[in-house]
Amino acid sequence: MTAPLLLAEHLSKRFDNGVLAVDDVSITVYPGETVGVVGESGCGKSTTGKLILRLLEADTGYVAFDGMNLQTMIGRRLQHLRAQLQLVPQNPQTSLNPRLTITEAVVFNLRTHGWDKKAAARRTAELLDMVGVPRDYSQRFPHELSGGQLQRVAIARALSTNPKLVVCDEAVSALDKSVQAQVLNLLVELQRELGMAYLFISHDLAVVEHLSDRVVVMYLGRVVEESSAAELWRRPAHPYTEALFSSVPGPQGRRVVLRGDLPSPANPPSGCGFRTRCPVAMDRCADARPEPVAVRGESSESSDASDSPDGSDRQGGSHQAACLRVAEGSGADRSPVGTGAP
Amino acid sequence: MTMTSFGRTREVRGARGAWAPGGKRPTAERLEPEGALKVTDLSVTFRTAARTVEAVRGISFGVEPGRTLVLLGESGSGKSVSARSIMRLYGDAVTVGGQVTFGDVDLLSLPERDMQDVRGRAIALVPQDASGTLDPLRRIGSQIVEVLRRHRIVDSAAAGRERAAELLGQVGLSDPRRAVRAYPHELSGGMRQRALIAIAIACSPRLLIADEPTTALDVTIQAQVLDLFGRLQEELGMGLLFVTHDVGVARQIADRVAVMYAGRLVEDGPGVEVLDRPAHPYTAGLLGAVPTRDTPRGALHAIPGQPPAAGAQTPGACAFAPRCGYALEECGHEQPELVAVGPGHSAACPVMGGRVPVVVGQRPTTDETGQP
Repeated sequence: MTAPLLLAEHLSKRFDNGVLAVDDVSITVYPGETVGVVGESGCGKSTTGKLILRLLEADTGYVAFDGMNLQTMIGRRLQHLRAQLQLVPQNPQTSLNPRLTITEAVVFNLRTHGWDKKAAARRTAELLDMVGVPRDYSQRFPHELSGGQLQRVAIARALSTNPKLVVCDEAVSALDKSVQAQVLNLLVELQRELGMAYLFISHDLAVVEHLSDRVVVMYLGRVVEESSAAELWRRPAHPYTEALFSSVPGPQGRRVVLRGDLPSPANPPSGCGFRTRCPVAMDRCADARPEPVAVRGESSESSDASDSPDGSDRQGGSHQAACLRVAEGSGADRSPVGTGAP
Repeated sequence: MTMTSFGRTREVRGARGAWAPGGKRPTAERLEPEGALKVTDLSVTFRTAARTVEAVRGISFGVEPGRTLVLLGESGSGKSVSARSIMRLYGDAVTVGGQVTFGDVDLLSLPERDMQDVRGRAIALVPQDASGTLDPLRRIGSQIVEVLRRHRIVDSAAAGRERAAELLGQVGLSDPRRAVRAYPHELSGGMRQRALIAIAIACSPRLLIADEPTTALDVTIQAQVLDLFGRLQEELGMGLLFVTHDVGVARQIADRVAVMYAGRLVEDGPGVEVLDRPAHPYTAGLLGAVPTRDTPRGALHAIPGQPPAAGAQTPGACAFAPRCGYALEECGHEQPELVAVGPGHSAACPVMGGRVPVVVGQRPTTDETGQP
């Protein structure tokens, strides 16, 4: 079995204003795979990304990257490791320095990681070619480029140091759909060529489904379900996942429409965070926070091979959900939320 | 329909509003057009000292009472400008051409004073950004009462607050009386959007113009708000002009879909027809760009290039031709007109004798579509 590339265990983060943004979140990424993190605003998905990159310091938990403890690392060693752990942020208009040309922006990242001037310039030209930014744009400033082109530059910058893991935080959310498709295709193409892993954070279910080998669903700072992508879409076990999927607008008939708003993360409900909006909540859901349990089901062995397109031996098949009903075996199959799959 | 040049329907108000307080029958005459919205050859031009931007160039569409028309397009396509110019929300720097009629009232030639009676009353707008639209310093209730009093639906602030609570209940706020007294920042994004909808429906408009009203919302909240639109439309029988960039949203709510690109309509027809059997390569491209369960990874049908900036000039040519996999030589020097491709379904593309298949992963060759 392959060793995990990223092992984030029991991460928690409480902000100064008292909001527990991330509450005991664990995420594992294997080399070369794409793990999607999906959830609505305020679910802690972006904060989780920042904790993993150590752009924020976690209160508890640790992050191991490539077998090294990232959490205790400082100085040069941390910087060296960060070359392999890069970020594509949501909004390139604000993440690219407006006073540097796009070439300078990519060179800057390389110089930070110790490349000499000439090599950095050569590498930058190569990268801009690779992501499809026309040559004659290379001396332009960010405000002279469209959103799609800027996001290509941000990707080139992230890939410049040959990272093993790229965290994409809502990397295509700000783009028009026709341009978004170009960037998604580019991300997949680059992954096939270069073999890095993605941690793809997004609120857009269709996009996450399209890209991911495995998916982590978050709600109110916690992981509520985790599974291989294909299995999750075929058989969501947690009532929240099910409601989330059925909320995606489209032609399919009646849907599960959740009542109410997300509770404030500053004052989350006791027990299960989802119980206030859950259509199948029980009294006991208020008592204790449900622990993730394995989702049993017909497809656990037979169809998992087809879930992973690489056919690799990673643990992509494990399907877990944090719900009392799942724990008691009345989850996915008999849940009244079900839209009637036999 | 015969169009009087300046047709007005004046009727004694109070006849429709069931909540009009008894006793004091309002006497003022009001302009209350009813019926279908008809937009013919609408053009919108922004003029600044530096340049002139033609955001919308000659589009026509209609919205029947009780029905939903979705204006679908990407940023800069002119969809919001079209919808908002119907209400004449732009000032003097903007030239609106063509004809916009609602029932038998010509909205574009109406004096501004009469137009103010129409806005918020016969035609109301739900904007996208609730946080930027609501006055942060005033309670929600007071902002609803303002509309009710402006259109003399109620004649006292107290009656207005009563009605405001009813409206907030109608849009699904769980504690409407508390919401009446709340300031915008005390409500969540979804609740603020509902408050905006409550303001828009306060005077039971005959036409609701919704400009990306769910785009800023989370998907579970969006589902609630889309449901709400459907329910209100059933209850109030109003027409709905819904502006969105989201193909899925269009699929869910549209009776008809009009697709915009670079300030023009490229396709127009029944929702199911347009979204399942698109006849314009841009529509097909837009549909293929959204991942579905069957799309192989990394094989999205991306449209090359990018949408033109608002008002970019393409005189005498198809604006989509530079990005189009089907483009013929003539597309570069001939502006295609909308032609019928099916019952009530038209497209502005000369390459579509047959239908353009929605292609996932690969671009079809043009010989799949025979010449008309």
